[in-house]
Amino acid sequence: MKPSAMSKRKLKESSAESAESISQVQKILRERFCHHFCAAGKLFGMEQQYRHLLELLRRTTVHGESNSALVIGPRGSGKTALLNHVLKDLREMTQVRENLLEVHLNGLLQTNDKVALKEITRQLQLENVVGDKVFGSFAENLAFLLEALRKGNRTSSCPILFVLDEFDLFVHHKNQSLLYNLFDISQSAQTPVTVIGLTCRQDILELLEKRVKSRFSHRQIYLMNSFDFKQYIKIFKNQLSLPAEFPDEPFAQKWNNNVQHLSEDKAVQDVLQKLFHHSKDLRSLHLLLMLAVSAVTVHHPLLTAADLQEASRQHSTDSKANIVHGLSVLEICLIIAMKHLNEVYDGEPFNFQMVYNEFQKFIQRKAHSMYNFEKPVVMKAFEHLLQLELVQPLERPSARAQREFLLLKLLLDSSQIMEALQLYPNCPTDVKQWAASSLSWL
Amino acid sequence: MPNLEHPAYPAADLLRLESLVPCRESQVSTLLSIFGERQHFSFPSIFIYGHTSSGKTYVMQTLLTTLQLPHVFVNCVEYFTSRLLLEEILIQLQSCSSGTEQTSPVHCDTLNDFVRLFKQAVVSQELQDQTIYIVLDRAEQLREMEANILPAFLRLQELTDRNVTVVLLSEIVWELFRPNVGCFEPFTVYFPDYSIGHLQKILSQNHPPEYSADFYAAYINILLGVFYMVCRDLKELRHLAALNFAKYCEPVVRGEANERDTRKLWKNIEPHLKKAMQTVYLREISSSQWERLQHDGGEPGQLKGLSAHTHVELPYYSKFLLIAAYLASYNPVRTDKRFFLKHHGKIRKTNFMKKHEKTSNHLLGPKPFPLDRLLAILYSIVDNRVAPTANIFSQITSLVTLQLLSLVGQNDQLDGPRYKCTVSLDFIRAIARTVNFDIIKYLYDFL
Repeated sequence: MKPSAMSKRKLKESSAESAESISQVQKILRERFCHHFCAAGKLFGMEQQYRHLLELLRRTTVHGESNSALVIGPRGSGKTALLNHVLKDLREMTQVRENLLEVHLNGLLQTNDKVALKEITRQLQLENVVGDKVFGSFAENLAFLLEALRKGNRTSSCPILFVLDEFDLFVHHKNQSLLYNLFDISQSAQTPVTVIGLTCRQDILELLEKRVKSRFSHRQIYLMNSFDFKQYIKIFKNQLSLPAEFPDEPFAQKWNNNVQHLSEDKAVQDVLQKLFHHSKDLRSLHLLLMLAVSAVTVHHPLLTAADLQEASRQHSTDSKANIVHGLSVLEICLIIAMKHLNEVYDGEPFNFQMVYNEFQKFIQRKAHSMYNFEKPVVMKAFEHLLQLELVQPLERPSARAQREFLLLKLLLDSSQIMEALQLYPNCPTDVKQWAASSLSWL
Repeated sequence: MPNLEHPAYPAADLLRLESLVPCRESQVSTLLSIFGERQHFSFPSIFIYGHTSSGKTYVMQTLLTTLQLPHVFVNCVEYFTSRLLLEEILIQLQSCSSGTEQTSPVHCDTLNDFVRLFKQAVVSQELQDQTIYIVLDRAEQLREMEANILPAFLRLQELTDRNVTVVLLSEIVWELFRPNVGCFEPFTVYFPDYSIGHLQKILSQNHPPEYSADFYAAYINILLGVFYMVCRDLKELRHLAALNFAKYCEPVVRGEANERDTRKLWKNIEPHLKKAMQTVYLREISSSQWERLQHDGGEPGQLKGLSAHTHVELPYYSKFLLIAAYLASYNPVRTDKRFFLKHHGKIRKTNFMKKHEKTSNHLLGPKPFPLDRLLAILYSIVDNRVAPTANIFSQITSLVTLQLLSLVGQNDQLDGPRYKCTVSLDFIRAIARTVNFDIIKYLYDFL
């Protein structure tokens, strides 16, 4: 074969290889960033909480102790991930393997106690046993379920683990009866039952009723995202690196070296610093990394600092400024009129008539580029602003009141408006000058 | 112009896609890179925002159908309760996974059932682990449904443990969606508005075949020159372009000018477009009325818009009642003495009055007044004696029915009914002119 054809073939092969590798990289990283809650990932900065929870659950399954605990932490701090890790490690311990029954409830899905009870029945696979029975109360139903689990040739029943995700939503059910009964059983019954609640609200205990609170063990595990910036960079490096089992060894090596370089690069550290100051949790980091990784293609096989900067820029744009960018000139003038009204009247609510009056003053004194539009045309532009929710009425508009006198407030502040005007394309100069100073034309 | 490239999709499809979405190539390439390959996971939820008619719905639909990605497309205004929405998603999923058009009815009340049925529905050979896209258009309606719908959709990938991405389209920004206790943050994408160059390019695309592209482009230029300052909505501009083109071509059709005579064409069309702004743009008259008017070449003065119909002919005393009501609404009570008594003293201005002088009552809106005050003012402005008969009172009630006055407060108030006058200054001046009454002299704001 001719040498050029052979080298072309080699090139094609190598590019095909790297296409396959790139596809693998994307697959692994995307799954890692989307499934932060799954047990395959790593936990950062929660060793003590991990040990605590593991010990708690081990005592339930091995020794048959009943327990209850709440895992509290802000959104994205890893509560579900922690629990899944603990459960995975628990199942691997020999004494536990077939012993533990799990019921997973979620406050978003089970919105009242009846649905919750049906879900518990379904997850314990006792639908046939319950059949068409009608129960007087929640407690009776739950007691029946637990009794049913005892049947068979066991003298004592298996320990049951109830996991309540979005625990703060269960608190709003009627009489908090699900919570009351679960905590009651965990305090008193023969069946070893552990109730673990996951919530993002720090004030969860105040939401519990007195009788529920007294049956709760007051065991709280806090996840506080307590790592500093150095550890944050380490986490960044760790999350981007490919695992050792990656099929294409040399590519994985190149990739991981690149990640090492990136974590030492000043520009990348600036990007991470900005994100760290905004929100410490790992979920935001994963969003940024996912966006950056989506730019990796066959022609661009390694991540660069520019990718991360672009991702950061896209992530942190001011959305209201973007919307203002797309408004027509008449609508911009109305927003500037509202800004002046806010300044003169110290943020008191205004109505359309006042805004129109202000706009008229501008047209009569200063405007050369703006045509004096009729009032209905200005009203239509104003209603467009209402539709975009840049302006909000103080109370729902009733059919009987006149639209021009409805009191409103502006949901943009002065600095946002001025910044947006800088970026506004082809803004007439007299409009810009009017925005900058309202009193200069007096 | 960047060519859309992606290893996972055939180049022919991408080329066709690019031709279907002019001026939106960079948004489509962003979306393509986020979607990744078919089996790869993507963001659990994506939030796309941008002005109306900036192409969000069109681009999403075109992208998903051209590349044949399994998807469900639901408009939240059409399916406005949670039950309708969830059932529709499940029904569309059936046709997605089985490939046939037959769908069996589905009963799904709650999100709990939805998650269960969803997990059952996506287990199918055709889907083969591909990402399923659930696109919810006009997503701001989700805020009006039950409080758990929006957070649950944002987390659907986690709740169902399947490869699904939820895409929300809206013109409201994300900050106004976020629930109070927080939620799973979606990835936000902004669809920028079209610039004037883009609008020109897109509008010039649908030129009728009889005329040249340049001729139509010049027409679009003139149209944008008149309407761009007021409105940037592509749909409205397209509507206006279609309605007014016949008038624009008139000189050419009649043989008075040829295609290149821009000045003549401009002179012909400009007053017409200005008139359109006051009528068709405001939906004062319908498009068919507008077209008929152009065709007949009628006088613009004959145009009777919707707001012209609010002028009604009132009987003599009703007119005076209305004028009296307007004066009672917009004059402060202490000034009645000055206007309506023959011998009045000077009004002393207190500190309170001086501070609040700047805001005229015409800016704040009408104030409610009791019935007695209305009658008192009425007696003083009508020349001859008016007897307080039931006739007068029934006229007040009919003014309320016509919504020229409105009743304030409840029917069972013991002090007597209070009213507010809800007509505009121009309206009342027109009425006052018909009875030779100079209302401006009696208004406090115009002193």
